[in-house]
Amino acid sequence: MPERTAIVGSAVGLHARPAAVFVKAAAGVPVEVGIAKPGGEPVSARSILSVLSLEAHGGDTVVLSAEGAGADAALDQLAALLATDLDAE
Amino acid sequence: MSVPTPSSAGAGAGSASLRGIPVSPGAVAGPVARLAAPPRLPEVQPQVTDVDAEERAARAALADVADDLEARAAGANKTAADVLTAQAMMVRDPELANRVDQSIRGGMAAPWAVNAAFGTFRDLLASLGGYLGERAADLDDLRDRVVARLLGLPMPGLPDPGHPYVLVAEDLAPADTASLDPAKVVAILTERGGPTSHTAILARSLGVPAVVACTHVLDLEDGVNVLVDGSSGVVRIDPAADEVTAAVEAARRAREEAASVSGPGRTADGHAVKLLVNIGGLGDLDAAAAADSEGVGLFRTEFLFLDKGTEPSVEEQRDAYARVFTAFAGRRVVVRTLDAGADKPLAFAAMADEPNPALGVRGLRTSRHLPDLLERQLVALAQAAKDSEATVWVMAPMVSTPAEAGEFTRAAREHGLSVAGSMVEVPAAALRAKPVIEHCDFLSLGTNDLAQYTFAADRMLGELADLLDPWQPALLELIGRTAQAGGESGKPVGVCGEAAADPLLAPVLVGLGINSLSMAAVALNPVRAALAKLTLAQCHTLAEQALAASDAASARELVAAAVREWTSAASTE
Repeated sequence: MPERTAIVGSAVGLHARPAAVFVKAAAGVPVEVGIAKPGGEPVSARSILSVLSLEAHGGDTVVLSAEGAGADAALDQLAALLATDLDAE
Repeated sequence: MSVPTPSSAGAGAGSASLRGIPVSPGAVAGPVARLAAPPRLPEVQPQVTDVDAEERAARAALADVADDLEARAAGANKTAADVLTAQAMMVRDPELANRVDQSIRGGMAAPWAVNAAFGTFRDLLASLGGYLGERAADLDDLRDRVVARLLGLPMPGLPDPGHPYVLVAEDLAPADTASLDPAKVVAILTERGGPTSHTAILARSLGVPAVVACTHVLDLEDGVNVLVDGSSGVVRIDPAADEVTAAVEAARRAREEAASVSGPGRTADGHAVKLLVNIGGLGDLDAAAAADSEGVGLFRTEFLFLDKGTEPSVEEQRDAYARVFTAFAGRRVVVRTLDAGADKPLAFAAMADEPNPALGVRGLRTSRHLPDLLERQLVALAQAAKDSEATVWVMAPMVSTPAEAGEFTRAAREHGLSVAGSMVEVPAAALRAKPVIEHCDFLSLGTNDLAQYTFAADRMLGELADLLDPWQPALLELIGRTAQAGGESGKPVGVCGEAAADPLLAPVLVGLGINSLSMAAVALNPVRAALAKLTLAQCHTLAEQALAASDAASARELVAAAVREWTSAASTE
């Protein structure tokens, strides 16, 4: 399964506004994307509650995964998004 | 609605009145909107016969609640809109919906399935603590909304009828009041609660008229017009227009009169009483610093520690303290060291689960387990004080013995904090005020806790509000005893509880020998004006009358009657 590793670029972590921005983007891609801590069980990137429960802090590494047509493009887009500081206006 | 009994006092042409304890002055009229209690699941879960219909009902309720949140976001300011949008996103969470569906297919009825699905995520977030732990409370609120929708019950939480209203509730929890907007809520009425309840403290800080312990107020229906008088405690139902005009006008005059006196507090004959403000965070700092006061009588430092995953560093603490000292340059700032305990737990330090947190390891007692926490706070305070132009005093909460007072004073002085004192909240400290003050530079009475411990009455229990009344002669006697120890030793004794904010009680406290009163900024002007009308000798007489009264209500009545007589005589001279 295609995977991308990304470092959470938002200082506050994948909480609050950054989490909302990420989940909204994940809902907009054509494939179901999973997000996990390294070695952990992936959860749906479209689920804000699951993403919050990951407790990913700024600087933490997370792994994105997806299958199917468009998976690579979707993963590239979401990994790039994660790496930026989403808390900046 | 059930028609309340018209009260004999002041009831006029056909309209009825309710009466409660006035806790925040001002008069205003408006339509009632009630705070609905959170929905409860019925005892018996119905048998699900049509699984598809049950799933559709659950989905529709989730969507309705999310739509409602988004509609409210559209009409809100940026900060509120962000919060509401994020909440709508949680309600629309596809994983949440999956879990609801699974439970329904397992035989659960929709409200129970919703409850269980929210519960799973709630427990997960709560176990993570900190910021995510706080989101657990958001999930409870969202769950209540969806469950209420499914059960056909009124939406819980603050009402939003689309116009300003008089909020009516059994009592208000901190969670209810956090988002309370004084532009929408023009007055607050509660069936329970007392003078030291969250409702009272919040109403005063917002400057919204409020009456608590107001029996039968929950019988009022939404939309009924009421006139709330936060100075007398009278609530008139369906008042006549001219009555509203007269009451609002009288409240405006009282406010103007209060604002006409300014500067340091003093009695009519010039006896100085320091009027100070209470602050509990940096958010209200500018408003507090702008108020006409001689400084801060109670700077609560809990905001730096509670809900934090790690202990704030000395630097972080120092910077926060320095901001307060800078804002109050040239004035006094009395800092209370951390008051944590089982009821206000620290996320970063293990605290034992106590069956009775109010009587447990809290306040200064926490340094029995965590001595370094206080040490580091004193280091940060000393650093901030050294570079500041404020006069910094420090005091410890929950001191019970002269030895504890001495230990704290010694620790503070070792760090170069030259003025150190103790809070008097435990009756033992008031009874032994003489030996306690020998070890201190000053004392400060926390009357809310002192009332709770003197009367063995939990501050959070609305039905014991009468015992927690600051006019209770037993409480006044302990205040007097503590003030006397101050007078004999030549050291100042202040009051920083809600008692200090009552314009009628303030002269009594001064008569008992209190030198400073610390309160919410909005209470300063009325208290200043009340003191300016009376001489110190009159304050002494009021104190004697209050101490001699048989109970709180008659103490208040005796003092009110005497003040009325003196001030009306003075104005006709």
